[in-house]
Amino acid sequence: MAEQVIKVERLTKRFGDFTAVDEISFEVNKGEIFGFLGANGAGKTTAMRMLCGLSIPTSGAASVVGFDVYEQTEDIKKNIGYMSQRFSLYEDLTVIENIKFYAGIYGLTKKQIKQKSEELIDRLGLHSETKKLVGALPLGWKQKLAFSVALVHEPKIIFLDEPTGGVDPVTRRQFWEMIYEVSAKGVTVFVTTHYMDEAEYCNRVSIMVDGRIEALDAPRKLKEKFNVSSMDDVFYLLARGAKKAAI
Amino acid sequence: MKQFLVFIKKEFAHVLRDRRTLLILFGLPVVQILVFGFALTNEVKNSRIVICDYANDESSQALIRKIEASEYFDAEKITLSYSDIEKSFKAGKIKAAVIFPVNFDNDLQHLHKAQIQIISDASDPNTGNTINNYLSTIITDYQRQMIENANIPLRVTTEIRMLYNPQLKAAHNFVPGVMALVLMLVCVMMTSISIVREKEMGTMEVLLVSPYRPILVILSKAVPYLLLSLVNVATILLLSVFVLELPIVGSVWLLFLESILFIITSLSLGLLISTRAKTQQEAMLISMMGMLLPTLIFSGFMFPVENFPLPLQLISNIVPARWYYIIVKTVMVKGLGFSAIWKETLILTGITFFLLVVSLRNFKKRLE
Repeated sequence: MAEQVIKVERLTKRFGDFTAVDEISFEVNKGEIFGFLGANGAGKTTAMRMLCGLSIPTSGAASVVGFDVYEQTEDIKKNIGYMSQRFSLYEDLTVIENIKFYAGIYGLTKKQIKQKSEELIDRLGLHSETKKLVGALPLGWKQKLAFSVALVHEPKIIFLDEPTGGVDPVTRRQFWEMIYEVSAKGVTVFVTTHYMDEAEYCNRVSIMVDGRIEALDAPRKLKEKFNVSSMDDVFYLLARGAKKAAI
Repeated sequence: MKQFLVFIKKEFAHVLRDRRTLLILFGLPVVQILVFGFALTNEVKNSRIVICDYANDESSQALIRKIEASEYFDAEKITLSYSDIEKSFKAGKIKAAVIFPVNFDNDLQHLHKAQIQIISDASDPNTGNTINNYLSTIITDYQRQMIENANIPLRVTTEIRMLYNPQLKAAHNFVPGVMALVLMLVCVMMTSISIVREKEMGTMEVLLVSPYRPILVILSKAVPYLLLSLVNVATILLLSVFVLELPIVGSVWLLFLESILFIITSLSLGLLISTRAKTQQEAMLISMMGMLLPTLIFSGFMFPVENFPLPLQLISNIVPARWYYIIVKTVMVKGLGFSAIWKETLILTGITFFLLVVSLRNFKKRLE
């Protein structure tokens, strides 16, 4: 049995009368690439925010890297990385300044920051660009940089919120290569996406509909179960039944 | 603490790299001080006036020497007839005429009172008023000297052909106003924009997911702008002392302490706006409309608050700039100490506290 880094049991979040997340339960293993799918408004973001320690659940239980989502949000934050579609880099700062800033607010020491940034620039081959403003970089590079920056404090889990939105297919492919690389090193990847071809790259996917997890398994098994040829069809079959969200 | 410094360094990089921000931050106070300063003083300096001395006696000459010594007037002593004076006015050659009656000294010695007529060109009412005002000041000053020397209640009255405008007595009243305006603009607009920008760029999300505490995010936004605003205060004060020659009569330290209080007020307002606004433009518009206009209108800087109808007077009470304006004027121009402004300080502290609580609460709610 693999080590479980995320454990969720009957996790619920209500905003007044509205139940955004309705008793979801699942586990994510160490080093796994876990796809978290769902139409807009299905409750993905709310669930993810709870796991990141940004939002306190209404009921249920969950632990992330062994820390409780009610009590130990600070410890959770120290041990996770996060990257969104918007890349979240400062465009008016240089590459090296961005790296140093994010490393700095995670409390890395000067020596660590220096070592980490050199390592990161080596790996990305950004030597000639370190003093360039991030705003001047091509989109693909920004994305790679944002991903590397999110990993600068060596988190055990990285949360990726639609990380490939608006990026061309070649860059997307390269990005997934990076994801495989970190997962091979034992970092757990928790990723939301709207691209069903990307869902196929995941070890396991869960599909949320109306705040509940309607399916959870390896993409191959899900296709078998629903007797369809692609994840696209699986998603469509499940999401069609949604009451609130328009697809 | 180290994280805090890293963050502040980043904030300074944002400010120093953006030319527009820099321009607003440091260009604005300089431009405002210079524009307001010279618009109000230049016209009045070296105004051409004529002095018609029908008396030509000891007293009148002493007074004329005083007027001639003033840098505000380019005085010509010439005895013109009334019709000639009128012609000079019509030709625009002179801004004012000072007329001493025939028996000036005589009246002064025997009746203990004498009259001088001042006629001024009121086609530009501001200049006319200012000139009258300067002349009256010189005459009053002369009268005081005479009383000191003679121990007789001598009175020189002036007959002025225009109404006295009390606002002109201290033409430099605008410096406190500009200080309030600039601090309000810099702090409110800059903080709200810089926080909203983080939201817009998506960097706020990342900051919130990091172990860096949200309250520290706010603090590290506030500190750089507090420091920069203090630089602004210093710039304005230096300009007003050395360029406008308006001395700081009261304590400079007190002035800075009160300024810090007002800066904190403005920063909390900026924070409040940032919790409401979704885009940078929205933040800017709210700051401009919601803050700048009330500051201009209700602070008493442009229009005297006492003349407002009661409902507007009540509104002006909640405008922080109004209290700061009074404080700066009291300390800087009148030279009074803390005992004269404790009430205003208390009110300003109250407003600040209220704003801070409301905006922090709002900020927390947004996080959820």
